[in-house]
Amino acid sequence: MPDTSSGQRVRLLWPLLAAPGMVWMALLFVTPLYVVLAIVFGQIDPVFRSPLPAWLPWEWDFTQFNFVIDHVFGADGYFGPALVRTAVYVVVASSMCVLIAYPVAYYTARCAGRYKALILTLLIAPFWISYMMRMLAWVNLLQDDGLATRAISALTLFPSGFGQLNGQASTVVLGLVYGYVPYMILPLFAGLDRIPAATLEAARDLGASRLEAFRRVTLPLSRPAIVAGVLLTCLPMLGDYFTNDLLSGSPRTTTAGNLINNSATTAGQTGQAGAFVLIVLLVALVPMLLFVRTTRDPSAVRS
Amino acid sequence: MTRRGSGHRVLAAATVLYLLWSLLPVLVAVLFSFNDSRSRTSWSGFSMRWYYGDLERSVWFDDSLQTALIHTLRLGVIATLITVPLGVALALGLDRWRGRLPAGANITVLLAFVLPETLLAVALLFMVTTLVTPLQLGLSGQVAGLVTFQLSYPVILVRARLLTIGEQYEEAAIDLGASPVAAVRRVLLPMLGPAILASTVLVFADVIDNFVIVRYLSGDAATEPTSVKIYNSARAAPTPALNALASLMLAASLLAVLAGYALYRFLTRGERADSRGLGAFTGEV
Repeated sequence: MPDTSSGQRVRLLWPLLAAPGMVWMALLFVTPLYVVLAIVFGQIDPVFRSPLPAWLPWEWDFTQFNFVIDHVFGADGYFGPALVRTAVYVVVASSMCVLIAYPVAYYTARCAGRYKALILTLLIAPFWISYMMRMLAWVNLLQDDGLATRAISALTLFPSGFGQLNGQASTVVLGLVYGYVPYMILPLFAGLDRIPAATLEAARDLGASRLEAFRRVTLPLSRPAIVAGVLLTCLPMLGDYFTNDLLSGSPRTTTAGNLINNSATTAGQTGQAGAFVLIVLLVALVPMLLFVRTTRDPSAVRS
Repeated sequence: MTRRGSGHRVLAAATVLYLLWSLLPVLVAVLFSFNDSRSRTSWSGFSMRWYYGDLERSVWFDDSLQTALIHTLRLGVIATLITVPLGVALALGLDRWRGRLPAGANITVLLAFVLPETLLAVALLFMVTTLVTPLQLGLSGQVAGLVTFQLSYPVILVRARLLTIGEQYEEAAIDLGASPVAAVRRVLLPMLGPAILASTVLVFADVIDNFVIVRYLSGDAATEPTSVKIYNSARAAPTPALNALASLMLAASLLAVLAGYALYRFLTRGERADSRGLGAFTGEV
């Protein structure tokens, strides 16, 4: 009977199809993360300054990890301020992203009419422009002789715009907002676009004012999209060091990403870099799992 | 519903301002790649010197810039050719195979999608430098890292498409006597065409713009792609040749996406209009 045999074969087919990808993820996603643990809880070769990983959990040595923790929370905590700064930058930048993205996404989803497709195309465009190119554009504009600097100076009649790229927290935060706000706008647009017009009409028919309809219908219904957008902007910001390097490059704006990057390729500091990776990973884990929970159902993909 | 008040105008103004803020800086950077002088800030007339006119420092004649450009495109092609088949097969398997193991794998794929890229890149760097594997810093390490980071893209796009297709088609094909492999190859795969095409284009465009993974896993200057070149020289008084290099990458991304989208419109002709817009193409709606 072709029925039962092909029924069994079709059940075998799916694991076979999934196997190569699953093996790939096990080897190149799960294993590297374990290597980080082995390096953090391993030792450093005293002569070559190269990491001596401890592969087995019962051989783990907490010296390197404790060193980092001591310098985060301890009296000599010179890593602490960088972590606090990271949190402040990420919170401020994400809040600004919501404030900028919501009106734009709302307008595109609700009011844009025949311009909707055009605006959507322009909103998606930053995804296809390399992040480095977008930052390079701001380096050009914010140099001391850059167009933006000259415009600021001309408007305020004195050279107040100089030194924008020399360790200004405001420049770094604006750079982060500029870099990541597209990741907020698209999920927000998708969320707002999915709300049926009939729901709003019903609210209006039942006597809600425009503002009330927004506050009591649109805003609650778009909350999952806001959450998804905040996660999609916060998570990459947590590891971002390049925006900071290009737009500031000063120790005054060092963040967690910079701590990782500065030690990852320095001999003898790999354990330290790994410890920072672990700390950021622990912080990121809750939002990551939250994202997985909201998107596991493929009908709500990439929102 | 059609009464348009001042609120509407404020929103429209905000949107226009946002679009200008978001796109003008890049357009200015592209404009200055055509500048006739060394400056990236004062305009002195149109010229192609930073593309091919200057015999030493233009993209065409500066070996390091040309190497970066070629290496970027090579990474884009190789990583895409591995990611898409691997991801499509994984998506099909994970979607139809029920159980704990595939559910766990699905969560892993989604976690890889949102893990801050720097963390994955450092982890891969540590693995490549401490474990004895066939992977080396340089092309092989970079491709492996890029595939890992991008694999979730085809999985998510293809699974979204599978959801709208349902299971009845392959079941019908098998009932009519097709082997399971033939049912997938001749029934499911053609229906997945648009999603596969979209992920190919998106993965390619994302890979050639990648910075974090390719930087940590680059072996030497010869395996540094354009994004790393931009990072290394953006603050070191570069010439507009850097803008020219960035503009060329921008053109490559946009061409890939536009060509892909045109083909996508062709493949989805006859479907509902809202399921074949640019939003659907990029998996947003």
